[in-house]
Amino acid sequence: MSKFVLKLYITGHTPQSERAIGNLRRICETELQDQFEMEVIDVLEHPQLAENDRIIATPTLVKSLPPPLRRVIGDLSDKERVLLGLDLKSLP
Amino acid sequence: MSANPIQSAIRKLTTGIPGLDAIAKGGLPEGRTTLLAGSAGSAKTVFAVQFLAEGIRQFGQHGVFVTFEEAPADIRRNMATLGWDIAAWEAEGRWTFVDASPLPGEDEIVAGEYDLGALLARIEAAVNRVGARRLAMDSLGSLFGHFNNHALIRSELFRIAAALKLMKITAIMTAERSEEYGDISRYGVEEFVVDNVMILRNVLDGEKRRRTLELLKFRGTEHQKGEYPFTVLPGQGIVVIPLSAIELKQRSSNTRITSGSRELDAMCGGGFFRDSIILVSGATGCGKTLISTEFIAGGAAGGERCLFLAFEESRDQLSRNAAGWGKNFEDLESRGMLKVIAVYPETMGLEDHLIAIKSAIDEFQPSRVAVDSLSALERVSTVKGYREFVIGLTSFIKHREIAGLFTATTARLIGGESITEAHISTITDSIILLRYVEMFGEITRGITVLKMRGSAHDKEIREFSIDASGMHIGQSFRNVTGILSGHPRHVEPHEIKRLDTLFANHDEE
Repeated sequence: MSKFVLKLYITGHTPQSERAIGNLRRICETELQDQFEMEVIDVLEHPQLAENDRIIATPTLVKSLPPPLRRVIGDLSDKERVLLGLDLKSLP
Repeated sequence: MSANPIQSAIRKLTTGIPGLDAIAKGGLPEGRTTLLAGSAGSAKTVFAVQFLAEGIRQFGQHGVFVTFEEAPADIRRNMATLGWDIAAWEAEGRWTFVDASPLPGEDEIVAGEYDLGALLARIEAAVNRVGARRLAMDSLGSLFGHFNNHALIRSELFRIAAALKLMKITAIMTAERSEEYGDISRYGVEEFVVDNVMILRNVLDGEKRRRTLELLKFRGTEHQKGEYPFTVLPGQGIVVIPLSAIELKQRSSNTRITSGSRELDAMCGGGFFRDSIILVSGATGCGKTLISTEFIAGGAAGGERCLFLAFEESRDQLSRNAAGWGKNFEDLESRGMLKVIAVYPETMGLEDHLIAIKSAIDEFQPSRVAVDSLSALERVSTVKGYREFVIGLTSFIKHREIAGLFTATTARLIGGESITEAHISTITDSIILLRYVEMFGEITRGITVLKMRGSAHDKEIREFSIDASGMHIGQSFRNVTGILSGHPRHVEPHEIKRLDTLFANHDEE
């Protein structure tokens, strides 16, 4: 399995942001073991990165690798939809 | 101490968009967000871009453009034709984009709760980066198209508007309308997001497109009500035509000026007034161009600069006519006393004509203007559009305190009235009627001063003739009634005498 490169955009350390970070970590550890790199970007600190990736909503998860590029928005509480977004699961 | 506390609390930001500030009584409410709603093709994006462009060009106020729809590259390219070099402003740090346009070919999956915190953070960063005073968001419809949770988007927009207020940013948000006269916007944004709503319309009226702008509500501040026509010009962008917003606050002058004809001056009680509008109405060929020519030549002879706007005849034709009446237009033009502009009405829309006329007046600074004929412009517009044009032109000329003489062609050869008369008779100061009069199988011309505001005038209908030295007004028509209605009737002299004595007796009693 090729390595997953993930960026999680959040706006400040709000409960919603913390939920998204926790949910993502849990999903990655169970589904991807150690085959992932995860970077958390706070838009308040790095607005230019959000500008470059054209992020509007937060939290937004961006999967840069493996292709194709995918975006998942929300606090990632819906695990099934997150797996769909990471191409780890196809639609039934 | 008479100022209303609410009104004094909300200041206006002069937009610099031509004509808008007049109807908005100073501009947009400063530090507030105004919703700009319009149907597809109503020039919302142009307006949004121009709002920032005028800020940069005229007031040194920097701007942030948040785009939800078109990519920045497209906006830069499209707006270049209107004369705005956005890329240069970006390089100078006076303009910045927040690009929220859709990413092509990519589905977003929603997995849980979210908000638009990233958008707000980017907007705040952009505002701080360029030190912005103005912001435009175009358009909300695309944002609503992007996210399914419309209630959330509405409350997030409210949060963004509140944040902009804290940053003292004057902002415009554009939104789609599905119909020209119906709900303000498709997603009900106006109800709780903004205090101020403007509507742009692009309506089909009698097979012609008319663009209008309406200030629907400006909470707590004054503005003009109703729809105002506007046009989009290359190199200029949106130009709003304020019409009645141009208050008729000009001083009315008691100074008399010559009409160019001594006899007509006498009929008017000593000439026209310095800053008045004179309407000359008559059928084709009965002397309207002649009166215009006399008016111009008389002004130029007294050292006044004159502008002749011709919509029926070419320059050469006008010069030949004038020469035939003993007036030398070429000489006047070479001495800079006269400028003749001859345009066919069909070359452009009425809004554009009005703007062209205004800029010609601004450029040449004449003391008098003749328009021959105003009614030729009727055929390139709808009745409503024409009425607005006439009012707009009249108020502009009065505002400049110059004398304006307009001619109007009546449809019928004998008697009759024109649409122009109906539209402007109340705002003109003087009305002169020229009529063909058929008497005993012969056609002669008659002239009468129907109205002369603020002055006594001759109320008789006089016969006039035209020769190589111009116009000659003669005796009044005796023993005739019904000339104006087009049914002259010869009245026996003894009958007139009888009526005279009847009233004389009455007076004595």
